[in-house]
Amino acid sequence: MNGMASGARGISSAPWFTSMVTVVLLLAMLGIGGAAYPGFLSLQVIFNLLIDNAFLLVLAIGMGFVILLGGIDLSVGSVLALSTMVTAWLLQSAHWHPALAIAAVLLMGAGFGAAQGLVIHLFRLQPFIVTLAGMFLARGLCYLISIQSITIDQPFFVALSQTQVPFLGGFLSPGAIIALVVLLLAVWLAHFTAFGRAVYAVGGNEQSAAMMGLNVGATRVAVYALSGFCAALGGLLFSFYMLSGYGLHGQGIELDAIAAVVIGGTLLSGGYGYIAGSLSGVLVLGAIQTLIAFDGTLSSWWTRIVIGALLFVFCVVQRVMGGRAK
Amino acid sequence: MKTVLLQHPLLRPVAALLVLLLVDSILVPGFFRLELKDGHLYGALVDILNRAAPLMLAALGMTLVIATRGIDISVGAVVALSGTVAAMLIGGATVDAPMGMALAAGLGVALLCGLWNGVLVAGVKLQPIVATLILMVAGRGLAQLLTDGQIVTVYYKPFFFLGSGYLAGLPFSLYVVAAVFALTMILMKKTALGLFIQAVGINPVAARLAGLRTATLIVFVYVFCSACAGLAGMLITSNIKSADANNAGLLLELDAILAVTLGGTSLAGGKFSLVGSMVGALIIQTLTYTIYSLGVPPEVNMVVKSIVVFVVCISQSGEFKQLIKRRPA
Repeated sequence: MNGMASGARGISSAPWFTSMVTVVLLLAMLGIGGAAYPGFLSLQVIFNLLIDNAFLLVLAIGMGFVILLGGIDLSVGSVLALSTMVTAWLLQSAHWHPALAIAAVLLMGAGFGAAQGLVIHLFRLQPFIVTLAGMFLARGLCYLISIQSITIDQPFFVALSQTQVPFLGGFLSPGAIIALVVLLLAVWLAHFTAFGRAVYAVGGNEQSAAMMGLNVGATRVAVYALSGFCAALGGLLFSFYMLSGYGLHGQGIELDAIAAVVIGGTLLSGGYGYIAGSLSGVLVLGAIQTLIAFDGTLSSWWTRIVIGALLFVFCVVQRVMGGRAK
Repeated sequence: MKTVLLQHPLLRPVAALLVLLLVDSILVPGFFRLELKDGHLYGALVDILNRAAPLMLAALGMTLVIATRGIDISVGAVVALSGTVAAMLIGGATVDAPMGMALAAGLGVALLCGLWNGVLVAGVKLQPIVATLILMVAGRGLAQLLTDGQIVTVYYKPFFFLGSGYLAGLPFSLYVVAAVFALTMILMKKTALGLFIQAVGINPVAARLAGLRTATLIVFVYVFCSACAGLAGMLITSNIKSADANNAGLLLELDAILAVTLGGTSLAGGKFSLVGSMVGALIIQTLTYTIYSLGVPPEVNMVVKSIVVFVVCISQSGEFKQLIKRRPA
């Protein structure tokens, strides 16, 4: 009896426990959906979760690194919007080659993130306030380009938005495949490289990391640059998906990304969690939306409330588990 | 005397505000002119003050939260929620509760929100940003659920007095702000509360060991912050004569945090300045007014705002001043 209790406690305080809870929750939600609504459990519905949330997954991957570092990046939503806007402008007004435009947007995102990281590091300012100002800046820059939405009719982008890549009997969009590739790269980066270990170390304890001889500043700037890059890539995926650039795109999506990371089992205090958790977090958010859409009688406002409730449960669980582990 | 003045924490925010006002007086004709029409005072300054009222309220509450090393990002959601509840009770088409009851209900909802935040921070010991993120995400959803996503229009005339009425020549909302400000000042300066809050912000553990009931204090500041947000919600709802769950108070929390930061209160907790936050709120509103009145497209507003924030934050950072020793965040 005693052994069982301590065994259960051992499991519940294991690092991967909350991440596992999310996966179980996801499976349960899919199970409930499948039992309640015919056609819910088709492979394509699950693929659609990925297709519709590919940009969010990419954002959440970047956010995952920032949170592992012990920071936060509120600017990702507006950098996403800025990227759709710059992409649309470069393609439609400046008539750039799509490859060139994509490269420019990705560079811009990484540069924007790196600049924020530099300000945070050099002036020892709180990430919250710096990325908040960055959020206003990027949103404002969108409106400097245009206050209206710009439609993208560049053939390469239109083709990408309509392509269906056959996959395991269903199909995925190119955006979803890019997001999955980014996820694999990010998992490798986080768990099998010196950079990843440095991120965990700085997030765990900045002073110890510095004493170990890690370059805290370079790591921090790189992580914010990575987050900015992911936000720009998310913006590109979003513009494949929506075929437009608009300053109001992705409003409040930084919160969804943070929520996905938290639900995926990463501690907001830094240094603890898995990048792969971003996938399960995003899929849980997507599944909530799909369940509510399938139900049809529930008002769509319930989505926000359920996400809030889930955040609550996960934060409390993390808190209880974290407290016990220490 | 001179060095005291130069090192005064309010120097930078007040200077920033004065510079803005100076720019306005040069660029906007008749900026400082005040007119008396029908016993009401009109003019750019009154306009700025009136429009800044909700932000000033939110910034007051936010100052205390930030002073305890916390942050409350649910302020906008609380504005939407309390405004919606009050507007629904007071009479859209169906319910017509007495105005007092509707106001009390709206404020009551705000207090409950504050209690929820406070318990999550002090009781469950969540990080403040996470704890209030929950309400930020869910609160607006709740408000929209209440109204079915519709904008609730208020037709009851006396309610409009709150946000757009005049008392003795001045907008009534200013009296609300002045009352809350005075009450907060008295609480902070005449009682030990201000000292306790600073102690919690500087070192929560030491404060607890010294015998302060830190948990109660923290719950108090979150409740206070939400109450301020609730009041701001009433002012906004009354001013626009409707409650819009989707847009009311959108990004208000961020503006409030900016106002507090601009006012010289450090986000790391500890020392705080209520007057500074008021000045900060006025800086933001004056900046907005300047941009609009110069005929600059409003979309530039956000760019200018963010650049001002960067400049002020960097100029206030220890590294920049090289006065304060480095300390890990």
